[in-house]
Amino acid sequence: MAMTLAEKVFGSHLRDEPFPGTKVLGIDVVMCHEITTPIAINDLVARGKDRVFTPEKIKVVIDHVTPAKDTKTAQQGKIMRDWARRHNIKDFFDIGRNGVCHAIFPEKGFIRPGYTVIMGDSHTCTHGAFGAFAAGVGTTDLEVGILKGVCAFREPKTIRINIQGELPECVYAKDVILRVIKEMTVNGATDCVIEFHGDTVKKMSMESRMTLCKMAIEAGGTSGVCMPDEVTADYLWPFISSEYRDKKEALKEFRKWWSDEGSEYVKVIDIDVSGMEPQVTYGFKPDQVKNISEMEGTPVDQVYIGSCTNGRIEDMRVAAAYLKGRKIAPSVRGIVSPATPKVFRDADEEGIIRIFMDAGFCVTNPTCGACLGMSNGVLAPGEVCASTTNRNFNGRMGRGGMVHLMSPAMAAVTAIEGKISDPRKFSTEGIS
Amino acid sequence: MKEFGGKVLFLDRSDINTDEIIPAKYLTEISKEALKSHMLEDLKLDGFNPHAPSVREAKVVVTRANFGCGSSREHAPWVFEVNDINVVIASSFARIFRQNMFNCGMLAIELTEDMIDELFEHKGSDATVHIDFVNNRLTIESPKGKKTVDYMISQFDRALVEAGGWVEFADSKY
Repeated sequence: MAMTLAEKVFGSHLRDEPFPGTKVLGIDVVMCHEITTPIAINDLVARGKDRVFTPEKIKVVIDHVTPAKDTKTAQQGKIMRDWARRHNIKDFFDIGRNGVCHAIFPEKGFIRPGYTVIMGDSHTCTHGAFGAFAAGVGTTDLEVGILKGVCAFREPKTIRINIQGELPECVYAKDVILRVIKEMTVNGATDCVIEFHGDTVKKMSMESRMTLCKMAIEAGGTSGVCMPDEVTADYLWPFISSEYRDKKEALKEFRKWWSDEGSEYVKVIDIDVSGMEPQVTYGFKPDQVKNISEMEGTPVDQVYIGSCTNGRIEDMRVAAAYLKGRKIAPSVRGIVSPATPKVFRDADEEGIIRIFMDAGFCVTNPTCGACLGMSNGVLAPGEVCASTTNRNFNGRMGRGGMVHLMSPAMAAVTAIEGKISDPRKFSTEGIS
Repeated sequence: MKEFGGKVLFLDRSDINTDEIIPAKYLTEISKEALKSHMLEDLKLDGFNPHAPSVREAKVVVTRANFGCGSSREHAPWVFEVNDINVVIASSFARIFRQNMFNCGMLAIELTEDMIDELFEHKGSDATVHIDFVNNRLTIESPKGKKTVDYMISQFDRALVEAGGWVEFADSKY
């Protein structure tokens, strides 16, 4: 019988089916950060079950508020630190080595095609870009994951999105996914895995595919998924070269996870991106998306470039190409957070950090930062932020604030103009 | 098992997200009790006052589509739990929020939009919902009348509620 990627992953990881339609899966990677994990740890301690199922399969980072901003966040960090130490969890990324979870974990090579991944973070769907089933869960699911290495899901349903066409200039993965969410609405994919297919996706880098899969949750999706191919193998090769004779062999293995022809989909959506305009959100829901031509000229107070959605080196390069030799508007506060120490270092070596600083940006350490208004870059009531992040919810970046989601290119030119602007109207200096 | 039923809080809007239920700035708390006074603090809903007595007395939330979308934070069910709201009734839920509710031994009940409309007819009066968990049946009662409807939850979700949550269920089985 033809099976989707999710069905294959479920089949290969099935531990139990306690009731029809409920699948308890073995989990390959349990990721933890300091916001949703401490209460799970404290609960395990209180129950006298302070154990972890397999320390090697647990990956830990402090990323949401780092460095700690107050006693409470310092305590959260301490709980994580002490726990990782007492259970001998080696993959623990503390200050100086830490970055945004969904950027640093793929960068470290922790994800493989066919894996099951959970984290107490809704954007865990990012890791489906590698052909994995990766789902955000709550603290209780995380707690059971830590203790038992299992998690329960309903039988997976899959939506297939075929994306075709050459991406027009100044249109990126972020624009594509905003367009997809507009089409699907914020709950159009609830309880579904979203598969991204088509030539446009095949040509995308892993970074761009992660941006696509990342925002599957904004349409309600459980996981975003791309079929693992040469691009995946190239990205993972430094981590898997000892496991396969050559890339060809790796690809053959990856290929086994692909959704079969004739798989059953609950919905198939075709999107042609040729001729598409850069996209930007309005309102307080991520499906409220417009063409740039309808939003141009909206004044902004702050521009934020970063996050698990668009804080990778590719994003830094794009923004810097527009900012090189230019200054941001005096009315705008520009903040950029490279998502990981590696992104920061690479950006530094490529002269990108200098470009941001010369343009007038504040460069912060890798952190989730302003995206959810927890640590830095919080908006005052009535303020507007142009942001490369993933959610424009009411109050998301600070009570009474308004967030417009967009690509790093649009964010950069918006910073220059002080109002939402069309990157197609700007030349790029280009960075070699 | 938890106590289910009581006075109703009607939230007449779709797509209420978990940032509205409990803003991110309170996620630095490491106890559920500390969340208590911040329930629905950032909810965008005309005329809504999170500190009104009707909000504080509620035991059941009745709302529209895609409730609990956005962040995976279990702080959203927890802030209801510490305010003695153990039941949310909606025309649909975001997956993670729904699972978090059952994982905590709480009830997330999905009804059709028509049925939700009927429940909303009691809005503005002093409405109470009674839950008959054994028979999957709920009754809403107010000065405007009384209405009983059947609901469905999966066998797994029912087992989680009966066990007191997913930790208890999983611990006995895996």
